[in-house]
Amino acid sequence: MTMTVHVDIVSAEKEIFSGLAEMVFAPAEMGELGISPRHAPLITRLNPGEVRVKVSSTESYPFFISGGLLEIQPHVVTILADTAIRAKDIDEAAAMQAKARAEEILADKTSRVDYASAEKQLFQAIMQLRTLDRFRKRGG
Amino acid sequence: MAVGKEIRTKIGSIKNTQKITRAMEMVAASKMRKTKERMLATRPYSKKIGTIIKHLAYANPEYKHSFLVKREVKRIGIIVVSSDRGLCGGLNSNLFRKLLGRLKQWDKAGIEVDVCTVGSKAYGFFAGLNKSTVIGHTAKLGDTPHLDDIIGIIKIMLDAYHAGQIDELHVVSNEFVNTMTQHPTLEKLLPIVPNELNDQLSSRHWDYIYEPDAKEVLDHLLTRYIESIVYQGLVENNACEQAARMVAMKSASDNAGNLIKELQLIYNKARQAAITQEISEIVAGAAAV
Repeated sequence: MTMTVHVDIVSAEKEIFSGLAEMVFAPAEMGELGISPRHAPLITRLNPGEVRVKVSSTESYPFFISGGLLEIQPHVVTILADTAIRAKDIDEAAAMQAKARAEEILADKTSRVDYASAEKQLFQAIMQLRTLDRFRKRGG
Repeated sequence: MAVGKEIRTKIGSIKNTQKITRAMEMVAASKMRKTKERMLATRPYSKKIGTIIKHLAYANPEYKHSFLVKREVKRIGIIVVSSDRGLCGGLNSNLFRKLLGRLKQWDKAGIEVDVCTVGSKAYGFFAGLNKSTVIGHTAKLGDTPHLDDIIGIIKIMLDAYHAGQIDELHVVSNEFVNTMTQHPTLEKLLPIVPNELNDQLSSRHWDYIYEPDAKEVLDHLLTRYIESIVYQGLVENNACEQAARMVAMKSASDNAGNLIKELQLIYNKARQAAITQEISEIVAGAAAV
């Protein structure tokens, strides 16, 4: 029997995933993390990106998160996402639109907008699309 | 016929009141469903962050965040979550009674109190009390409160805690048990100290790995924690308010119904008595002729 770790993914709105997994991948602030069971305790912030929960060697669930916190205890991994979406629920059109909008704002230097937030939005939209892309390639 | 005119108008006015309370009951019922959903939706997050914080309290970090260090208590900060409007039974008064008991204890111990209020009722209560200082207030958040709405008062409290102006932070709000029961709760948020219970986590010496560094992550996490607990208190209090209002209005409608029944009975009796009297007068008159 392979070792498993309990994974909880919750967003501010709801519980997204709860169950056992062989491995979890998360976009930590200092780089992507791969978490196996009995990992040392760790706390870190997460960047926008894809969280992948590998339930078995053949099955894994991708989620998109727009940032959050990650806590690791040897037998429990908790991800507090700001918002989390199952990858197959990402609305591609909406993501594309958001990307276009953010790019437009960034290009238009004359308008008085918050560049930091526009940049953040653009980053989120790109990460959403990338998650979706990867999800498609795997034939999800 | 002039008999029981007053009673009839009285019945009419009670019927009108009953219509209002019934309408309010139905509005509260539908709002309760929505607020309850919202409350249940955000519960997992605040539960999970609570668990993480509990773990954190057991850890032995090299970097001691001020939120994790116990200080001698001279002044306490309280965030009081109440409803904006009344007509919701004893919801707010139960909460304030519980709080008042605590305030008296603290007063005896010579501890001063700073208060931030959420909701008009709490503000009114403390404005009348006059003993403690209200240093922050927010109200009229509606049925869909946003985190942004309460960040201000939380910041006031956290800054005061950082600066050492307050040594403990408590939050007072109603906990939703079910539609019929709401519990007033008083919870200590800061400082975060482990329970004395001998958990398996406390038995060994360990610490987290922090990425990128302890201060940044802990600052972020602890602020998030406080925000999420207060926000949860707020949405829960909202659900409580609607539930309490629904129950209060239901009993008001029922009481109005009973009152109408009794008045109707009195009215009928009076009417009958008047008729009987009239008949006997006529009979007596006829006999006299």
